[in-house]
Amino acid sequence: MSSTAAVAVHGAHGEHHELSFWRTYIFSEDHKMIGRQFLFVALFMMSIGGLMAMLMRLDLAWPDTQFSFLKILPQSLQQDSAITANTYNAEFTMHATIMIFFVVMPILVGCFGNFLIPLMIGARDMAFPKLNMLSFWVSAVAGVIMMSSFWVPGGPAAAGWTSYAPLSAVPLYTGVDWGQNLWCISIIVLGVGSLMGSINYITTIINMRTKGMTFFRLPLVIWSLFITAILLLLALPVLTTALALLLFDRMAGTHFFLPAGGGEPLLWQHLFWFFGHPEVYIMILPGMGIASELIATFSRKPIFGYRAMAYAMAAIAFLSWIVWGHHMFQSGMDPALGQGFMLTTMVIAVPSAIKTFNWLGTLYKGDIHYTSAMLNALSFVAMFVIGGLSGIFMACTPVDMYIHDTYFIVAHIHYVLFGGSLFAVFGGIVYWFPKMFGRMMNETLAKVHFWITFVAFNCTFFPMHILGMGGHMRRIYNPTQYDFLKPLEPVNMFISISAFVLGAAQFLLLANMIWSYYKGEKATENPWHANTLEWSAPSPPGHGNWPGPVPVVYRGPYEYSSPESAEDYLPQWQPVEHATAAD
Amino acid sequence: MLEHLWFPHDISTFGPQVDWLFLLIFWITVITWAAVMIAMVVFLFQYRHRPGRKAEYIEGNSRLEIFWTTATAVIMIALATLSKSTWAEIKENGPPGQVFYKVTAKQFNWEITYPDPDGNFGPKALTVENEMHVPVNKVVRFDLTSKDVIHSFFVPNMRLKQDAVPGRTIHVWFEAKEPGTYEIPCAELCGFGHSGMQGTLTVESEADFQKWLKDQYANQ
Repeated sequence: MSSTAAVAVHGAHGEHHELSFWRTYIFSEDHKMIGRQFLFVALFMMSIGGLMAMLMRLDLAWPDTQFSFLKILPQSLQQDSAITANTYNAEFTMHATIMIFFVVMPILVGCFGNFLIPLMIGARDMAFPKLNMLSFWVSAVAGVIMMSSFWVPGGPAAAGWTSYAPLSAVPLYTGVDWGQNLWCISIIVLGVGSLMGSINYITTIINMRTKGMTFFRLPLVIWSLFITAILLLLALPVLTTALALLLFDRMAGTHFFLPAGGGEPLLWQHLFWFFGHPEVYIMILPGMGIASELIATFSRKPIFGYRAMAYAMAAIAFLSWIVWGHHMFQSGMDPALGQGFMLTTMVIAVPSAIKTFNWLGTLYKGDIHYTSAMLNALSFVAMFVIGGLSGIFMACTPVDMYIHDTYFIVAHIHYVLFGGSLFAVFGGIVYWFPKMFGRMMNETLAKVHFWITFVAFNCTFFPMHILGMGGHMRRIYNPTQYDFLKPLEPVNMFISISAFVLGAAQFLLLANMIWSYYKGEKATENPWHANTLEWSAPSPPGHGNWPGPVPVVYRGPYEYSSPESAEDYLPQWQPVEHATAAD
Repeated sequence: MLEHLWFPHDISTFGPQVDWLFLLIFWITVITWAAVMIAMVVFLFQYRHRPGRKAEYIEGNSRLEIFWTTATAVIMIALATLSKSTWAEIKENGPPGQVFYKVTAKQFNWEITYPDPDGNFGPKALTVENEMHVPVNKVVRFDLTSKDVIHSFFVPNMRLKQDAVPGRTIHVWFEAKEPGTYEIPCAELCGFGHSGMQGTLTVESEADFQKWLKDQYANQ
């Protein structure tokens, strides 16, 4: 009964008529193609965001120095072949904006969310395929708007990715006019795209799970994307509102954030961080989900404490709404309020610790396979531990008084966002590449990429803790202007050289992806001997995902080394009676 | 070189409490990190794939979950409780002031206003850019505000940081224990002149301070 219905749906998806080039590759409604589109755009944007980082590091190692090769860049990024105070502000603003809104979110949520949700829950596509297509194209328009700001007079936004008012609210204060307006407009548009995506994800996960796929049989990556989508749905409207108010202040003469007209600068910070802190978890939760999949698969063991893992993510999501004030301890917000935010922030360490210990528990007595995907997932755990522990320093209000707005914070966010999210992304790319493109990635090259990235990452970001302890402020283009920072310049030099290696190493990933796309070994259906549903589909899956009926789910996603099976895995779609007879 | 890879020298009365909390968290995190890493490395070596070995089927352990949830919660809540009084002392209460100023930030300078000889901030009050002179071992209190954008008053040698917000007056206090000159950078992005915005804090004996103040009034 259910299989005939499934076949009917499948037929409706156009198996009988070929789609045109435009409908297949450009305006595709297929969740897998949309996922790939998000991946390509995000990788392109990563190169721009990375370039911004390289320019910053070049300047911090050799401040106020002319480099003739900088001439090829637009005027907004260099003046007379040198990075100046003005262009530096634009560079770090755009680095963070691009990496957060156009790289990490599109890859984790846009790419993995789109690609994995229907395949892993046993659906032929998203609940709203047209909305899904619209979500990508709206996001792409936001990207074009953001990129165009490099070429407007005055350059792109230069008030930091946090865009604190009044600095961001009055063009005179930064000297940036249309750059900041375009920044606001771009992120409002991007927010609309993300909202469409999150509504789609939530609906799909609630309504379109295949027979037998109960909530507690969902893979943890789906749990993470589900919770992330809920956070996005609730957080983005707050940001959109704040950005609209900021735009009014800039363009319509209102004074929401300007004290001269009765406005309140701290209102911006409250609105921004009410969105901003859930946003931090939007960017790490899917990484946690990906790491959980990889660690279970390559330890050949069930994830330790599956329910605790799901509950911990829900707890993180809930707590993320009541910790935003920890970004504002030194802002002039009532210090008594700071006490409350310190407590909630300390408490959010609890679910993070639960997750870490459960990952360790998963390794315990496992049968660990050191694939490059696994190395990246393990690195995710190790780096997340450092990023999480360093967060305790800034949760403590008196210590935060010293390290707030210093490189200690920069180190912390990069351990979470690069050490955490991006290592999960790297692992996820190697792991799901065969399903996405039908070919295996080159394992040797992937391992070389991993090790260089891992070492260079730590050499780049660990010393930033030391800079922060020395009092080194963020967002200054020339530390040698301060006597107390002059002795730290060799550290800055070391960081810059490590950062160049880190940046260059990413071309290995790109090269591996391109080479493997054309020349990689052809992938079988289930190359990793994994349990989750996407591995029951062909590699790559065609339109409608499964040529036959949609698989039915018989068990949880992590039945590795189960006593019920002779193999060391027992896929979700395998009926019990055939379990031992498999292969 | 090596001596610069730690905190700058502390000269404030509350600095030792801040540094103590930092060190407490430092050791908690270092020990936790070491424990997690040792466990991880041991597992990674011990349970590496070898032909013929099968992983053990373990789904979890509720007692362990309860243990590490409770242990983490207790440590974190204790830490928050321990930090409360230091924060309250620095930012909420603090001792009564002995010397009073107004500090106004603007792109890209600190304006320090000293009261007139009668102790009033009237028209005869003295405003100097970027030069803050204070007597040693006296409780200094000042009203901090900004004329344009948000700045942040930061004295690394005192562990003190407080944002200056336009439209708001924020009360700040400190007591310097050692004479000398120290830098007052701006810690909050405030525009193209943010990098380089700095004042000088001169801590000196009461006599030197009075003499400097007198000279400034005379030159006004």
